[in-house]
Amino acid sequence: MNKEIYTKPFFLGNPITVLVLGICSSLAVTVQLKGALVMALSVTIVTACSSLILSLLRNTIPTRVRIIVQLVVVAMFVILIDQVLKAFAYDTSKMLSVYIGLIITNCIIMGRIEAFALGNKPWPSFVDGACNGLGYGMILIIVAFFRELLGSGTLFGFQIIPASWYLENGGWYMNNGLMILPPMALILLGCVVWIQRSIQKELQEK
Amino acid sequence: MNTNSNTYTVIYTTILVVIVAAILAFASSALKSRQQANMDLAKMKTIMLAANMGQTPEGNADKKADFMQLYNDHITATCVIDASGNVIEGVDAFKDVDLKTQFNNLKKGLPVQLPVYECTMDDGRKVNIVAMYGAGLWGAIWGYMAVEDDNQTVAGAIFDHASETPGLGAKIAEAPFYTQFRGKKLTDNGEFGSVKVIKGGANGADNGVDAISGATMTSKAVSESLAMWFNAYKAYFTNRTSAPEQPCCDEAECAENTESNE
Repeated sequence: MNKEIYTKPFFLGNPITVLVLGICSSLAVTVQLKGALVMALSVTIVTACSSLILSLLRNTIPTRVRIIVQLVVVAMFVILIDQVLKAFAYDTSKMLSVYIGLIITNCIIMGRIEAFALGNKPWPSFVDGACNGLGYGMILIIVAFFRELLGSGTLFGFQIIPASWYLENGGWYMNNGLMILPPMALILLGCVVWIQRSIQKELQEK
Repeated sequence: MNTNSNTYTVIYTTILVVIVAAILAFASSALKSRQQANMDLAKMKTIMLAANMGQTPEGNADKKADFMQLYNDHITATCVIDASGNVIEGVDAFKDVDLKTQFNNLKKGLPVQLPVYECTMDDGRKVNIVAMYGAGLWGAIWGYMAVEDDNQTVAGAIFDHASETPGLGAKIAEAPFYTQFRGKKLTDNGEFGSVKVIKGGANGADNGVDAISGATMTSKAVSESLAMWFNAYKAYFTNRTSAPEQPCCDEAECAENTESNE
């Protein structure tokens, strides 16, 4: 199996920073690391499993209803994840609210199924789906790290910036309120793209 | 086989949809009880937080607190009342009352079912916890408020929201906002009324709290929703003031009381 399947989704073919897919949820669920992590795992499970199932079915699917069949399979996994979170991680599910349901509309999933799973064997499709989900998750976690640290002074809910630094306790520090609003996620995402493009010069347009 | 024929397509999609539906139905029924338990626990948690139980000194929810235990130990009676303050029999305040439905009924002037939870505090004081639900800036807001036995002092309050702006309107669910309600009076020009959320600061008014700066619409929504619900609860609290012995009770306890009276 081509090694590129493993590495491409993280760097040269990253779904968020290079293909610019799945931006909506990366702005919405990156206020806290915990939410970003659960979202990353959920998307990874959905892309991996639906790629696997659809790759298994690829030779039987009637071409005319191809997209609907993909949608049914993706929707099934998304609803399952939503139900499981509601049963076993209620607080996280409440925090992510509609964004778990909206995984269905995440372009990465349908994009990978159309572009890869329908033309490849099950195992490579599964790996491709999983790696793309993780590539998406990696960016989510980078953005969430800075947003939570600078916006709330915490990481995974634990206080990182000493309480004595804060203005109200006689210090000099204040949380950056803009960090917890969506515009800052877009700006941070822009910075990630900028850094990536200045390192990987082959991404720059001539 | 021709995978593009109409018959094949129809049969294929039918089988696929039936399989997916079966999987989802199975998952839903298998997880239903756990999900319900989670929702009940979240509701118990909000109700207990309104009565200042299971809180850290700053007023945040104590992560170690067992809210189900607290609820079962302290909520000594529940009842559902109508807008004239009369107890509606046969309706369970915890299970049967959907605040959103009641909010819509209130808006339209239809008959309402208002939940009341009687909570016995550790020192034996009894507070009445009442509910509130309204429309915030982006989505629903809801909360509970605990009222002391004098029927006019607020013991505590809690609010939550579906999708208010993080860092602005979302602050209604944070301790610095809702702890302000403690000790406020439910009075309005000498009559029973709700606590107001005042833009520009309450300046020590005993029936007002400070609004959140930058979240005028959400603050206003809290104030208006409280006013609407306390207007509906008014009869209940005024009846209690004039006849303090009238107990709030659930059906089982009412039955017990009648028996013991005989």
